[in-house]
Amino acid sequence: MSGGVDSSTTAFLLKEAGYDVFGVFMKLWDSEKSERGCCGLSDSIDALRVAEQLKIPFYVLNLKEEFKTYVIDYFIDEYKKGRTPNPCIKCNLFLKFKILLDKALTLGSDYLATGHYARNVLVNDKNFLYKGIDGNKDQSYFLFNIPQARLGKILFPLGDFKKEEVRIIAEKANLRTAKKKESQEVCFIENDYRDFLMSAGIKGKEGDVLDINGKRIGKHKGYFYYTIGQRGGLNISMGYPIYVIDIVPQKNIVVADREEYLFKKELTISDINLFDDIDEEKFYTVKIRYRHKGERAKIKKIGEKLKIIFESPQRAITPGQAGVIYDEDKVVGGGWIE
Amino acid sequence: MKKVYFDHNATTPIHPKVRSAIEPFLGEKFGNPSSIHWAGREVRAYVEEAREKVASLINSDPSEVIFTSCGSEGDNMAIKGVLMGNLKKGRHIVTTVVEHPAVFRTCKFLEDFDFEVTYVPVDSYGMIDPDDVRKAIRKDTVLISVMFANNETGNLFPIKEISAIAKENDIVFHTDAVQVVGKIPIDVKELGVDLLTASGHKFNAPKGIGFQYIRKGVKILPLISGGHQERELRAGTENMLGIVAIGEASQIAKEEMNEKSRHIGYLRDRLEKGILETIPYTVINGHPEKRLYNTTNISFKFIEAEALLVMLDMNGIAVSTGSACSSGATEPSYVLQAMSLDPLCSRGALRFSLGYGNTEEDVDYCLSVLPSLVEKIRKMSPFYKK
Repeated sequence: MSGGVDSSTTAFLLKEAGYDVFGVFMKLWDSEKSERGCCGLSDSIDALRVAEQLKIPFYVLNLKEEFKTYVIDYFIDEYKKGRTPNPCIKCNLFLKFKILLDKALTLGSDYLATGHYARNVLVNDKNFLYKGIDGNKDQSYFLFNIPQARLGKILFPLGDFKKEEVRIIAEKANLRTAKKKESQEVCFIENDYRDFLMSAGIKGKEGDVLDINGKRIGKHKGYFYYTIGQRGGLNISMGYPIYVIDIVPQKNIVVADREEYLFKKELTISDINLFDDIDEEKFYTVKIRYRHKGERAKIKKIGEKLKIIFESPQRAITPGQAGVIYDEDKVVGGGWIE
Repeated sequence: MKKVYFDHNATTPIHPKVRSAIEPFLGEKFGNPSSIHWAGREVRAYVEEAREKVASLINSDPSEVIFTSCGSEGDNMAIKGVLMGNLKKGRHIVTTVVEHPAVFRTCKFLEDFDFEVTYVPVDSYGMIDPDDVRKAIRKDTVLISVMFANNETGNLFPIKEISAIAKENDIVFHTDAVQVVGKIPIDVKELGVDLLTASGHKFNAPKGIGFQYIRKGVKILPLISGGHQERELRAGTENMLGIVAIGEASQIAKEEMNEKSRHIGYLRDRLEKGILETIPYTVINGHPEKRLYNTTNISFKFIEAEALLVMLDMNGIAVSTGSACSSGATEPSYVLQAMSLDPLCSRGALRFSLGYGNTEEDVDYCLSVLPSLVEKIRKMSPFYKK
């Protein structure tokens, strides 16, 4: 229970359905700026008050060390490698659906439930991940790498609801979190990830900005302050808009040029998690970032990796993000963009 | 579900006699004790009666007792007040590494204002050596602050000895006695302490009331200045409910101390013995003899204390781990860390603190569920092989 409307409503629905429920809040980091001494103190208090209202036990678990190892360190490392990390996916995989799930099972639970908008469907004794029915809120992208065997211990009660419905359920149940605002996307970033990297002691080293032909067109302040597809922030005037096309950390180089160079048809994903077999003849839908609507593509197996070939070129394919493969609403699998 | 409360070092239930004593102050006895008229006079008498009862519990003169809002206020008052009152003498404090945050963080706060602090270490039993205190003393040492008993282990520190060392060197001595007052007999004259801090809710009074013993002649400035209340050492209209309650609780404590300590001590020993005998890989933390009769801090090796605490709670049994942050997440215990405990032990340490209201059934119920819970958690541990 994060103290938001989704996990509050999840707990409420399960209690109503007759489950024996207890709530857990994950304390993940200490934020010095927003609330002294304790992460998300007001969020954990909201969660506790909802739990008291529902008359279920509630515990705050300290996962600061684990969060640092599996999420924060990874986040910093990826930027150092010139990639754009997706910490929420790592947090889901390691913190929620590994460490927390193990703790929940140790404590005698049969299931771990979260407020994610995704569906967990049992077909022929195997669990499959499906998109939530609310197309706009669907969070299956963030869950693609949960091992299939673990899905059997996980419940996503909100996958069958639309966000507006969840708010209505929460309001009718008088949950104090019913009208609470959506949380920001990356919980430990207050404003700009660049400030976070700087406060973590990662300082940028100046380097060259080259165009697509290798011609020097300016200076950058440190390659990890840039993201592929980003426009502006380079302070280079060419007479036409330029975009970050590529980042080469080994040479401390940022490549920037016209927008057309951002479009590519192919990409490779690695560290694959598959729920179903890949049919190389078939067209799937592939998402390359959370807010990407998904485009038609064919998949080729290359050893342990998968090559994705889109029907039409895609803008800003970004290493470090996830490529997630869908067959209609079913998550077939996915991996990390190289 | 049966509910068992084994967390009396955190707080205690209000004694029924205390509850009846404060009832009139929720009704007709509403006056301000500083008022000259009948409404004020009536309640003023109760304030002074309560002060006498508190004084009698610690063998002080009533004029040496100041009512505060809590133990933390008392610790702050003692440390900041004594330093402010003795700025000409120096800016150095001696304390220990295992103090309650009310002392520890107040010292840290003062370090930011150019005061200097020496933190005396503890041994593997969590005990301090009075000689280490002596060695830490400097010419500009103004205050020595050492807790009477540690909240996590229950260890009782050699207060009389340290008090004598302070006296020899003409240094003010303060003791945080929050875990002790109401549990064991205290005689401030015999101990020779200059300041002693207590909190009401640790001995069956409600939260929001505490008291401070300040020996006559100690130079100290108020933490809260304003009106003339409490000998101008603690301004603010008196907390009548709290004051009456802590007076009543002090009287009950004094009258029932012998019998209660025997009963609670027996229960604690029964619990401790039961755990050590039925659950393998368990160790008592703290000093084997020199500790409070109500507390036991036990390490269950190969488990995370957090998990056991949660499972005990699910079975209605309230215990605690060392420290928790404001959100309620358990943090590694700085007290056990200071004792250089094997991490295998400190990770699995739980504190059981017994008190008024606990029964033999409570202990036996706990002993009936605990072994299987521990075994269940250990089965999931990668380090544990039966």
